[in-house]
Amino acid sequence: MVPGTLDLLVLKTLAIGPAHGHTIAHAIEHRSEDVLQVEHGSLYPALHRLEDRGWIASFWGTSENNRRARYYRLTPKGRQQLVHQTSRWDAIVRAVNRILRPAE
Amino acid sequence: MAIWRFFRRSFWDDERAREIAAHLAHEIDDNIARGMSADAARTAAYRKLGNPTLVREDIYTMNTLRFLESVWQDLRYGVRLLRRSPLFAAVAIITLALGTGANTAMFQIANAVWLRTLPVPHPEQLAQVQLDPGKGSRAGERTGRYSVLSVPEWEQLQRRQTVFASMAAWGTARFNLAQGGPMQLADGVWVSGSFFDTIGVHAFRGRTLQPPDDRRGCSTPGVVLSYAFWQRHFGGDDTAVGRTLMLDGHALEIIGVTPPSFTGIEVGRSFDVAAPVCAEPLIDHTPDPATRSTFWFLTAIGRLAPGMSVEQADAQMTALSPAIYSSTVPATYDAETRREYLALTLRALPANTGVSALRADYEQPVWLLLGLTALVLFIACANVANLMLARASVRMREISVRLAIGASRRRVIRQLVSESLVIALLGSFAGLLIARWSTGGLIALISRMDPGLWLDGRADWRVFAFAAAIAAIACVTFGVAPALRGTAVNPGAAMKAGGRGTIESASRFGLRSALVVAQVALSLVLVVSALLFGRTLRNLTGQELGFDARNILVAAIDLTPAHVPADPSAMFHARLLDRIRAIPGVTAAAEMSVLPISGSGWNERIVVGGREAAKLPMFNRVSSGFFDTMRTPLLSGRDFQPADATRPPVAIVTQAFVHEYFPDGHPLARTFEINTPVGTPRITYTIIGVAQDSKYNSLRRAFPPIVYTDVDQAPQDDAAPHVMVRTMLPASTLSDALSRAIAEINPGIAVRYESMEDVIERASSRERLMATLSAVFGGLAVLIATVGLYGVMSYIVARRRTEIGVRMALGADSRRVQRMVVMQAAWLVIAGLALGAVLTALGGRAAASLLFGVQPTDPAAFVIALSGLFALAVVASWLPAHRASRVDPTAALREE
Repeated sequence: MVPGTLDLLVLKTLAIGPAHGHTIAHAIEHRSEDVLQVEHGSLYPALHRLEDRGWIASFWGTSENNRRARYYRLTPKGRQQLVHQTSRWDAIVRAVNRILRPAE
Repeated sequence: MAIWRFFRRSFWDDERAREIAAHLAHEIDDNIARGMSADAARTAAYRKLGNPTLVREDIYTMNTLRFLESVWQDLRYGVRLLRRSPLFAAVAIITLALGTGANTAMFQIANAVWLRTLPVPHPEQLAQVQLDPGKGSRAGERTGRYSVLSVPEWEQLQRRQTVFASMAAWGTARFNLAQGGPMQLADGVWVSGSFFDTIGVHAFRGRTLQPPDDRRGCSTPGVVLSYAFWQRHFGGDDTAVGRTLMLDGHALEIIGVTPPSFTGIEVGRSFDVAAPVCAEPLIDHTPDPATRSTFWFLTAIGRLAPGMSVEQADAQMTALSPAIYSSTVPATYDAETRREYLALTLRALPANTGVSALRADYEQPVWLLLGLTALVLFIACANVANLMLARASVRMREISVRLAIGASRRRVIRQLVSESLVIALLGSFAGLLIARWSTGGLIALISRMDPGLWLDGRADWRVFAFAAAIAAIACVTFGVAPALRGTAVNPGAAMKAGGRGTIESASRFGLRSALVVAQVALSLVLVVSALLFGRTLRNLTGQELGFDARNILVAAIDLTPAHVPADPSAMFHARLLDRIRAIPGVTAAAEMSVLPISGSGWNERIVVGGREAAKLPMFNRVSSGFFDTMRTPLLSGRDFQPADATRPPVAIVTQAFVHEYFPDGHPLARTFEINTPVGTPRITYTIIGVAQDSKYNSLRRAFPPIVYTDVDQAPQDDAAPHVMVRTMLPASTLSDALSRAIAEINPGIAVRYESMEDVIERASSRERLMATLSAVFGGLAVLIATVGLYGVMSYIVARRRTEIGVRMALGADSRRVQRMVVMQAAWLVIAGLALGAVLTALGGRAAASLLFGVQPTDPAAFVIALSGLFALAVVASWLPAHRASRVDPTAALREE
């Protein structure tokens, strides 16, 4: 995983709807067609950090497996961040590409 | 991080634990759904997550103020470790407490004398007026501790200056409160009417003196009491204001009391009574000082006008001096004295910390003592550092484990330093307690030698800041080096050796040895200084004084309140002496105007053989029987006789006088004149006797030339003579008999008693202080250093146990082993002593001016200190050596 992208991917995943940690990890892996592997160990500190910044909020809910799980949802502030960080990401990708493929 | 999470971090930790458990459960569910066995599903889930505790820890630390948390943790750990080795902790803390205690106590004295600001509003605006010591001189009478200005000079200064918003004059005085009988002395100050308003002190009761109270020739002046005096003398009674107080036999009205916080602007002295300057002629029975321009008893303090600095005030004082002095030249001066007088120059100095004559007297001793205590502290720190090093090597295995499982070196160092910090904090705290207790003792010691001295020894923020700074410095000194050294290990090697290395690396002993060498060196400095100051005191008090100070009681007599008529004074004095000589047990008695070694005295210009002598002899007026009482032999000629009263003036001179002015050695029956101001007749004295040399007003000065004249021939009577009584009776018995005898003659006479030995002790108070304290510090240093050496040698012996075992197995006998250990210690000590000798020789110069009769490089002091320390060191290393020689070779080798 490219450093610094985990936060962005978590925000994007939660934009679809509330989810718990396990779902978030697997959702990222599935949707990247298993290219991006989320280290489960670093996911929780990231969630904690995001919640700390007020970009996501959490609540306890019951999962599809009928287990208690801590669910996260995007806050309005988090939604703004998602937009902001996505455009920054696009800018970076374009910039990197300009360097890697100057001919095109 | 939200601060609230810090306080709920255990709640959040639980929360995460549950979340992670849920995550694992989901993962296992998924894995099973994918067809794994329950066990495999579990293992895979854990593998994917990593260490759940580590994840929790990551999040936990996000919730902490990380630095604070770990410091707190380290401190707690440090305390726990120290509690597990109480002996180590006790030795380290006590050593440090002694070191910091001595330092803080000395600092507290320095603080009280130099640094503490006056308890008045805006002390930084105050400036004091002083004479430029290098410029001009004045002939006349000076009295009090700050005799800068005469009344006319003060009036001129006040009129001309523009830098001060307000200005006040003040001077010191001593009042006798008793009406006859034993004197009851009070410390007084003369203050101008503007004094209290200038410094900004308001009355606590009644009112303070105001300008209208201080008018020339005031007949019914009021006085202001200090709070302490009001409490002591009137029990804090509110009705004291309005009552009268007897000062030298004059009833003065009490008009107010100053607040408790104000003890005067003079550091080292508190005042009891403040009287207006205008009352001085009344109380002292002198002609109005306003008409006497040769009587200096005042100094001035001013509050700077807005926008003015002390430098500007100083410049104006200097600029105004010629005008002030040219309008106050005393009429009696001749051309030469006039020129000297006009050269006088006033200066202004900051007065935010008060005014003090103490500072000049005690500046060098106090700084030197602070230096000595700093050395004691350093020795203490070296000791604790050595203890820490020993601990670090014992804990090498533990530290290796910490490093091996991933602690960073910095983290381990921080933990070790935290332990030092705990020791430093506890040591300094104990040191503060020691300082608090010993400062009181120190002030008591100083004021016993110097009666009337009063110091505010309370700790203030400066003292605490000082103690904290010392703790920090100490901690760094003894904590950091061992921590750096203790963590510079290769964990693998250290653990393999199992802490039982056959031979310690030489460098590990190196630092410890260096510390011992430093301790011994500094101890030598302290011991030599203790010996030098001890010798100084002995030289000073044991020297030939020219008289026998034992069994002499001095009665200071004040005749002013008794209204003794001035004219038939000779008869009165003779009657008094006869009455005293008749007391049983009195061997001899005599009267004199200058008490020897008391610090006061006078000199005169004399004319010998028609030419004025370059050197001025000292003078004293004495009665017949003086030489007998003092046991100063008369070498030739005769003593004064009652019949001399009506004859032409005669004088008895000392050997030094003969040597200086009559080098041919035949002074008897020859004459000299006292050089008096132009226009007055010169008095011619005929020499009738030669007395042995004796000390005059100072113990330190060599025998000066002295002229003794006869009290019976004095043109005017001395209102405050001293009567010296030689007796075999105890002082208290005699003083009662004396008081009765004096009261029979005139009950109004006030008397104060003192033994001549006390007078000499007071004159050597500075030396006594230095000798006492340097002995204490020297002893402390030796004690700490000896314990340090013992500790290091024990440690070395313990670490070399195996090696010693091998040596003994190979045939070394126990004496050889003992010698080996003692020799090792001896080399350290010799290195330390050599270094110390060099340091002492270099540092000795700083103390040279405080010494008397002994050089800073006194060989005897060095030999005694060197051999004493060496002997102590051998004793301190003998015990570990003895232990080493008892090593059982088989046991020591089997341990390996």
